[in-house]
Amino acid sequence: MLLHYGPQLVNLLAAILLLLAFAMLSQRRILSLINLFAAQGFVLFLSTMLVAWLTGQNHLYGSAALTLALKVIALPWILHRLIRRLEVKWDVETLLNIPSVMLVGIVLVILAFNLALPISQLAGTVTRSTLGIALACVLLSFLMMITRSKAVPQVIGFLAMENGLFFAATSAVYGMPMVVEFGVALDVLVGALILGIFLFQIRERFDSVDTRHLEKLKEQ
Amino acid sequence: MLEAALTAWELALLLGSPLLGAAMLAVFGHRARAPELNAAFSVLTLLAAAALVARIVVQGPVTLAGEQFFVDSLNVFLVALTAFVALTTALFSRPYMRIERDHGRVTGAGMRLYHSMYQLFTFVMLLVLTTNNLGVMWVAMEAATLTTVLLVALYRTHASLEAAWKYFILCGVGIAQALLGTILVYFAAEKVLGAGTASLLWTHLDPVKDKLEPTVMSIAFVFLLVGYGTKVGLVPLHNWLPDAHAEGPTPISAVLSGLLLNVALYALIRCKVITDGALGRPFASTLLMGFGLLSVAVAACFLSRQRDIKRMFAYSSIEHMGLMTFAFGMGGPVASFAGLLHMTMHSLTKSAIFFAVGHAAQKAGTQMMEDIRGLARVNPTVGWGLMLGTAAILGMPPFGVFASKFLILTSAMAQQPWATPILLLSLGIAFASIFGKVQPMVFGDTTARRLPHSPALVPVFTHLAMVLLLGLYMPPFLADWYRQAARLIG
Amino acid sequence: MISAAGFAAQFTELMLAVLLAPVLTGWVNQCRAWLQNKSAPGLLQPYRVLAKLFRKEVVLAHNASPLFRFAPYLIFGCLALAAAIVPTLGTDLPLNAAADAIALVGLLALARLFIALAGMDIGTAFGSLGARREMLVGFLAEPALLMVLFTASLISGSSSLATIVETLAHRELVIHPSLAFAGVAFTMVSLAENARIPVDNPATHLELTMIHEAMVLEYSGRHLAMIEWAASLKLFVYSCVGLALFFPWGIAEGGDWLGIVLALPVLLVKLALGGAGLALIETVSAKMRIFRAPEFLGTAFLLAVLAMLVHVLLEH
Repeated sequence: MLLHYGPQLVNLLAAILLLLAFAMLSQRRILSLINLFAAQGFVLFLSTMLVAWLTGQNHLYGSAALTLALKVIALPWILHRLIRRLEVKWDVETLLNIPSVMLVGIVLVILAFNLALPISQLAGTVTRSTLGIALACVLLSFLMMITRSKAVPQVIGFLAMENGLFFAATSAVYGMPMVVEFGVALDVLVGALILGIFLFQIRERFDSVDTRHLEKLKEQ
Repeated sequence: MLEAALTAWELALLLGSPLLGAAMLAVFGHRARAPELNAAFSVLTLLAAAALVARIVVQGPVTLAGEQFFVDSLNVFLVALTAFVALTTALFSRPYMRIERDHGRVTGAGMRLYHSMYQLFTFVMLLVLTTNNLGVMWVAMEAATLTTVLLVALYRTHASLEAAWKYFILCGVGIAQALLGTILVYFAAEKVLGAGTASLLWTHLDPVKDKLEPTVMSIAFVFLLVGYGTKVGLVPLHNWLPDAHAEGPTPISAVLSGLLLNVALYALIRCKVITDGALGRPFASTLLMGFGLLSVAVAACFLSRQRDIKRMFAYSSIEHMGLMTFAFGMGGPVASFAGLLHMTMHSLTKSAIFFAVGHAAQKAGTQMMEDIRGLARVNPTVGWGLMLGTAAILGMPPFGVFASKFLILTSAMAQQPWATPILLLSLGIAFASIFGKVQPMVFGDTTARRLPHSPALVPVFTHLAMVLLLGLYMPPFLADWYRQAARLIG
Repeated sequence: MISAAGFAAQFTELMLAVLLAPVLTGWVNQCRAWLQNKSAPGLLQPYRVLAKLFRKEVVLAHNASPLFRFAPYLIFGCLALAAAIVPTLGTDLPLNAAADAIALVGLLALARLFIALAGMDIGTAFGSLGARREMLVGFLAEPALLMVLFTASLISGSSSLATIVETLAHRELVIHPSLAFAGVAFTMVSLAENARIPVDNPATHLELTMIHEAMVLEYSGRHLAMIEWAASLKLFVYSCVGLALFFPWGIAEGGDWLGIVLALPVLLVKLALGGAGLALIETVSAKMRIFRAPEFLGTAFLLAVLAMLVHVLLEH
């Protein structure tokens, strides 16, 4: 029964991921942004577990556990501590107004779907149609990074991008070899820690974590 | 059997020495003798690299540790270059960083971070070069950003923090695209080789490259190009490069220019070989040529507008990386040979220039070119080092850069005649801008007094002497080695 | 031809809608009061209000045109007709065949047009202001609603609501991720269209924020009663469309009389849950500034477009 609905459930989870990506794009408050990021990680965990169970790819359980530990627990915890310690303002300003960003987002989704179409037709995985969604999530996180002026949302965008990539790996090829998964996870964790250190340095220097202060270096 | 074991040991030493160095320097990096320890580990790395080179030249390509590592003449050449420049930079940074610490720009914790990250950076560079696994290559490439980003921000000034932030975000985003590319390569490979680690191993991919799905591979290469191309500093993804070079400590600028860019280009070349093999037409090569040429032209135009000397040479690095990318894009034995030669020459010359510039800026207390004058009077060694380095990088005979540039230009004339005028014009503009700015810095009038002691500039002159020697005479074994490597690139 | 049985079913459904609609409004108000720790008015309070209004005398402005007088009946008629074509109990209803999703949106638009015209008819400042805001909301909400309905139509291959319900409820169960997006979009549109928080507040007469109430300020007596009743009907129609699209289980197939009898308690439970959900949303969210409404509805529209895209990508 579940086996029959399995691929459809994966599709549903993929759609929820995309929905969350859009929610992050339109979210103004940092705290909600972090919670959305954690939710995205959790959906990712669920979908990875589901794919692992459907396909019998045991190494995916490992990836799922890694996702749960890193993206649902560790990173949101770090981010929560970070914003509490940084005492950043709760509201995030966007550089563009939100409907325009969303409109650009839709265009990106169409682009991603078109790009993924030839690839997913070749894929033999039960989850192939979700590749477009994974690509769209990557592009949307990218969009979020470039439309936000504050450092913390940019960091969240960066991490969300990695979520999308991870989902792409699960949906197109049932996950990368474990060595690579571990390496990527390590890089993300270290990256987040370094960014944390970095934000403190920036604030110490500029008394704010608005990256618009970081626009002095330009070509004359 | 014995030989295989020996090779494995050499590789273990090559990778283990910087790793151990990083661990030790993380603890002792602030001590007075730490710079010597740093250099000692680099010597050890270079020795391992030399031994590995000797073995590969005799034995041919080998795979090690359950095929996780792969060494052939292409990457062993870069391993040797990396280890060598890492050593000379470590030697240069010994007095340089001491002075910085005396000036109070760096704290003890900063020194610990610097030394430890320097070794770790060497480690990840060598890992990118020797790994056989495209996934691990990506991981190491990302780690290279992570290890250097805090070093760029070492001085914690406004500008350095901004540069580091830009570096991190741009390279982070870029490298994420490369991960997507890697996933797609794995996707294509899985169809042919089946699931599992083997499908990401270069030695397994290379023989079956013509069976890989062309559509997927072409999309994958575009992502890989964006990802690794950001690291190479290809226009229009180059924005982080001048800032990171200008604001970080000079030894870091030297290794960024001399090593990181090369290694990123190496990753790109490996991907190009597979992609073109899969497509059966020069798709990746054409893209590389286009971006290479664009980088050369745009960087040349930006050169004349620079006021910060490290920024200017950073743009010069973009120009030269573009030239190499163009050469590898053209392909064929001559062009690839020229590209490899240029890679060597550029690494040596550019790091020598950064060493000289570092000293000059340290003495002058500024990096603004209009404030640095009369180096030949104030400090002849630094002045002449800078002048000779500039002459070399601009491709004046008899330096080796002349030979490599000449080769690239002649093969461009033969294979892609349309590109030659653009290249010539760009090189001309670059020559005029750089020379026009460096000349008054070295020979201009100054009121500053001659400094009492001159800095140790052994690394500068070692590099320049090597560039000069290679320009005058290329030993046959070296030429042979380059030819082998060029054949691998195709 | 309309058969007697079909006519009976249709009539039952229409009467049910007209009678049940004020109760639904009462239920939402009750839930909201509970959630806000207030003592709740009775479930039948809307009926008492209607009865009171019907008894009262109509006061008309001097310059009221005939349009002002017949608009309430027309609006009520439109919404009653709309309620009749939404499958609430069964799918085999004679009017279903004549009117599809697009006609439904058309009927709602007609009602909106007349209420806005009536609002402007007297020429008071509030009336025009409310009408203008109403048209703005409608202008943004309508495409979103259409997109949601189109997504459902794409899934079932027909724009007839009855067929959509048939496909979703009575075929083999298929998970449609696109409906997740459409559901969120539809909820947002419903909130805006029914003058609910966060777009409008049905309980306030604060001039800066009101939309719906501003338009009907000039009405009194039986006219106001018709308008209030129509507003209840509108909420009922939206609820039923939502249930039909996203929770269609329980709606009887064909002319199955037993099914229709069974469908009634199911419908009541679903409506009760939906009403409670609406009260919850209204309680936890804050009213937006009116200038944010376009952003809110723009988001709804984009989500509806996404639903369509997701359908194209995932469900083929």
